[in-house]
Amino acid sequence: MKLSILYDRLRWEEKALADEAKASGDEPSLVDARSLHFDISEGAKAEGLGDAVLQRCISHYRALFSTRILESLGVPVVNEYSVAEVCGNKLATTIALARAHVPTPRTVVALSSESVEAAARHVRFPLVMKPFTGSWGRMVSVARDRGTLSSLVELREEMHNPLEHMYYLQEFVKRPPRDIRAVVTGGEIAACVYRNAAKGDWRTNVARGGTSEAFRPGRDLVEMLLKAADAVGGGVLGVDAMESDGGYVVHEVNNTVEFRGAQSVTEGSIAAKIVRYTKRSLKK
Amino acid sequence: METKCAECDAGIVVPEDAIRGELVSCKDCGAEYEVTELKGGTVLLKPADSVEEDWGE
Repeated sequence: MKLSILYDRLRWEEKALADEAKASGDEPSLVDARSLHFDISEGAKAEGLGDAVLQRCISHYRALFSTRILESLGVPVVNEYSVAEVCGNKLATTIALARAHVPTPRTVVALSSESVEAAARHVRFPLVMKPFTGSWGRMVSVARDRGTLSSLVELREEMHNPLEHMYYLQEFVKRPPRDIRAVVTGGEIAACVYRNAAKGDWRTNVARGGTSEAFRPGRDLVEMLLKAADAVGGGVLGVDAMESDGGYVVHEVNNTVEFRGAQSVTEGSIAAKIVRYTKRSLKK
Repeated sequence: METKCAECDAGIVVPEDAIRGELVSCKDCGAEYEVTELKGGTVLLKPADSVEEDWGE
């Protein structure tokens, strides 16, 4: 199979995917998405990208747009546009999870600063304020009281992006200083780890210094993680869950999953499983 | 392959198997660069993009 691995910042993961594809007898090409342009008018065709594209752009919108274009030109992409669209928007992700009856932390969206206080009363303090798009724990803040929330809202209102003037508030889940990251490939858990928060940070993102620890999920959790992946449309996904007092809750699903941290404590190549899934999905 | 850091002039060694888009950093000052071109044993770098609001996984 000729597989294009589309990137805009070459990370360890993209090189690992190319190495594994090569090792399994495929013909991988690392393609810098920034160098591409596409004719999207009637009758246009995509050339030179092989049998399938593995979407690995670090820029959410570049990933989203290039996937949309490629699919319109008949090139299969992992993950699909519809999946990237849901995962790239926390509002859409939470709705998809809730519809599929996957437990999530209580989440309330306020459509302006005017309704934030009422939304906060609904969620209750302490709460977490998250941007609708974004990753790596960026701009994710804890508001422990009304005063902090008011300051956070004031800061957001100063930003010019209208997306910052609506508010995604989520229950602050009392959990150990860790969460769970599963790399899902289709209907399988390719890897599952604890992500331990770095000292001095409550966030567990590896990009924030969080560290991975081997973890074997029980049957119920496996079922929940796969259900969460399925809820957003399935594919190659990073599903994040937390251990709350009332059981596990899923709080995020990532569609261009980073797995260097998980790989460091996982036997067997995660990249190889992703390549195998990509090939399987082509045969469907 | 070796080139110079635009910030502090220290030498930056770029691996032979580097490819376009790969990041390298200066061991002296920590400045981060992206490989933009590799031709006949020479390498061109540009300062790496800073993190954008939509970057992530």
